[in-house]
Amino acid sequence: MDTLTYFKKRFEQLGNANGNGLSAIRRNAFDAFSKMGVPTSRHEEWKYTRISSLFNKEYEIPGETVESGISPADLDGIRLPGYGEANELFFVNGIYSPELSVVRSPELQVQNLEKAAAGEHAAWIKAQLGHSATYLKDGINALNTAFAHGGAFLKVKKGSITEHPVYIYNITDARGRNMLSQPRSLIHVTENAQVSIVETYASFGKEESFSNQVMEVVMERDAMLEYYKIQNDESRTGQVSTTHIRQSGKSHVHAVTVTLGGKMVRNNLNIVMEEQHSEAHMYGFYFPEGDAHVDNHTIVDNVAPNCYSNELYKGVMKENSTGVFNGKIFVRQQAQKTNAYQSNKNILLSPDATINTKPQLEIFADDVKCSHGCTVGKLDEEGLFYLRSRGVPESIARSLLLHGFALDVLEQIRPEHIRTYVDRLISERLELL
Amino acid sequence: MSNELSTIEQHVLSDYKYGFVTNIEADEAPRGLSEDTVRFISAKKNEPEWMLEWRLKAYRHWCNMTIPHWANIKYPPIDFQDIIYYSAPKQKVTPKSLDEIDPELRRTFEKLGISLEEQKRLSGVAVDAVIDSVSIGTTFKAQLAELGIIFCSMSEAIREHPELVRKYIGSVVPITDNYFAALNSAVFSDGSFCYIPKGVRCPMELSTYFRINAENTGQFERTLIVAEEGSYVSYLEGCTAPMRDENQLHAAVVELITMDHAEIKYSTVQNWYPGDKQGNGGIYNFVTKRGICKGNHSKISWTQVETGSAITWKYPSVILKGDHSTGEFYSVAVTNNHQQADTGTKMMHLGKNTRSRIVSKGISAGVSNNSYRGLVHIGKNAADARNFSQCDSLLLGDKCGAHTFPYIEVKNNTAVVEHEATTSKIGEDQIFYCNQRGIDTETAVALIINGFAKEVMNQLPMEFAVEAQKLLAISLEGSVG
Repeated sequence: MDTLTYFKKRFEQLGNANGNGLSAIRRNAFDAFSKMGVPTSRHEEWKYTRISSLFNKEYEIPGETVESGISPADLDGIRLPGYGEANELFFVNGIYSPELSVVRSPELQVQNLEKAAAGEHAAWIKAQLGHSATYLKDGINALNTAFAHGGAFLKVKKGSITEHPVYIYNITDARGRNMLSQPRSLIHVTENAQVSIVETYASFGKEESFSNQVMEVVMERDAMLEYYKIQNDESRTGQVSTTHIRQSGKSHVHAVTVTLGGKMVRNNLNIVMEEQHSEAHMYGFYFPEGDAHVDNHTIVDNVAPNCYSNELYKGVMKENSTGVFNGKIFVRQQAQKTNAYQSNKNILLSPDATINTKPQLEIFADDVKCSHGCTVGKLDEEGLFYLRSRGVPESIARSLLLHGFALDVLEQIRPEHIRTYVDRLISERLELL
Repeated sequence: MSNELSTIEQHVLSDYKYGFVTNIEADEAPRGLSEDTVRFISAKKNEPEWMLEWRLKAYRHWCNMTIPHWANIKYPPIDFQDIIYYSAPKQKVTPKSLDEIDPELRRTFEKLGISLEEQKRLSGVAVDAVIDSVSIGTTFKAQLAELGIIFCSMSEAIREHPELVRKYIGSVVPITDNYFAALNSAVFSDGSFCYIPKGVRCPMELSTYFRINAENTGQFERTLIVAEEGSYVSYLEGCTAPMRDENQLHAAVVELITMDHAEIKYSTVQNWYPGDKQGNGGIYNFVTKRGICKGNHSKISWTQVETGSAITWKYPSVILKGDHSTGEFYSVAVTNNHQQADTGTKMMHLGKNTRSRIVSKGISAGVSNNSYRGLVHIGKNAADARNFSQCDSLLLGDKCGAHTFPYIEVKNNTAVVEHEATTSKIGEDQIFYCNQRGIDTETAVALIINGFAKEVMNQLPMEFAVEAQKLLAISLEGSVG
């Protein structure tokens, strides 16, 4: 059975039996996907990242409830430090599991997405889910939307500060079968609310898995979001992870993406600045090894005037790995006084490593300050010489310099547990240099 | 505000001053494109059999291609059957000297400020003028021939130096390269050919002047420059066209080849008719320009000042094949009114110790869109490659757009690649500073723009720098308040 036929069969099977509020959007998305298919490298946005070959095999698409044999012991192995105090949300094969999850903060309301869409939040969810409509333009996003079942809806109460972070675990259980997991979530950060989200990924089993995630965040006036994505999954998984943040009120976003594992990782981080004086800070660090492929696509869409955005992505490519960076800044005609900055710095450690980078500006307003910079190079010889002349062995000197290189991004991770954790992961990898 | 109004009025008054039509009888091919058109052109030019075969091959390939749509430009579909592919000024016999050239034609060139005689006498620039795809006359030929330099029209080169043409034509831009290159290969009617022998430093600037005169014609010229070991040549190219309501297509191909230690400096001042203020008419300038640094220590440098054309869509590129070779790209692209530009460069680093430098300055005004699109590719074996790119955009007015699409592909860890880009408008503090010192706003803007583009202007040969600076002033006159 070819991929599309299989998807179609599965789509019909899962159907919309429960008449939830998502049937229309899912149907639209499936039609869009049927037309576009999985993006190939002929698609400009997928020029350097080929995922279509990952769809040559059959994946199981899970049903609407969690039916996996994930044991608490399994979970202990993947828990992030500091979990004892944090709120933990578990997605297993793309399905939100209330049984495994722990919500400690009273400021948070977490629900199954369909239930929320059929209940009191119906109108709001209808207006917001897929608002960007990118699912109509991007095949992989359409695929997720078509199978948007078992997702989660998270609302942060008005005027509240969520003291403890929300840890989101995306687990793919590929024990004994190929698994396609498609987590979907919608997050509502209401007026004056503040929340910190940490996402991570894990997979079990030896079979192939593919994770295709879409998260949408809507921020209202004076809301603040810290968003951390830590990818350190074992290296047989393919992964596309899209985060779409809509700043519909004057708000503040602080996002950090750290990618250390995964065979084929594609991150889309889209921020739409719809209200004046919004701010967005985006940081990224990627450190692929082996034949891994890491692709970071970011979009800052300045719709309203007087917004500020700052972006810094750094990458170290080891062995045969490939890094891809594409940062877009759009400034619409009415978005005067936009101040946008973007920087991408890369180090190639081996003669077989590759980086493809494309920092892109599209500007339609004249009174703006936009700049971007991009560098590619090897490790600084002078720095190396300096350290070696002071008796530091080469391997240590190299790892010191690389550690310093990563620090700009690392220190942007504000929760201390997570920062220490990521720092440890990076240090471990540097020791193996 | 009043200042702004007056400058807008001024702008309306500033017209394209090269938009005259010369009434010359022309010898035209029938409208449309088919194998017969290709055969017709080839027969007209008395071309050898291999050339016709080559053209036909290109034509057949073109038939299977589709027009690309990836560029950041918008235009109605082009009807390739509605173009006249060959239009030659009618002359009784082949001119033996300049004096035999149609006086009407010569007056055209005088209006353009490139009087052949004057060029010959005063400036020491050898000119090959191409009007509606046919080369009219090449000055200074004898003097160049003494040094062994061949500088002639492409059709003459095909007849007189078939071995050279056959060896190099299509070697940098193959007929299969892209849609417009294939089209050009099939129907090109003339162009310039230049061959600099080993060790010769061309004593003067070589220059081509392109002009589209007849209505409904397309201009498809082909330029091929070969610089043998240790030679040097500086080549200038200028373009104008009359004002017409329809869009005209200009799809040229330029190929440059440098051997060991050779250098080619190619400068363009492109001032095709940009269309009127409502965006009607104007030239579609879809050009493929590519050079290859074949030899070690060779160098190719592109300098372009793009002020004209309704749409400019071109990427002068350098393939850095030889070790220690250097590629340079300096560009000022100005768009005003409804003009669109998607231009930039490609630097393909293949050899060791190759270097490239990109300086691109985009200026957008009116409701125009100006994009820089560039590729820096460092191949697997290109050890110690070095690239520096700088793309600055200046926006004049709040309805225009400036876009940057730099592609950077690095497959070698010894490479050092840097890219930086900025977009801004003219700072109020800068204007204030000038005003304060008694310089009015209009002059201050001109001053600042000139300063903005200076890095590129400095690269132009003297003869062109003056013209380019004037052009810049004309194109932007009154677009800022």
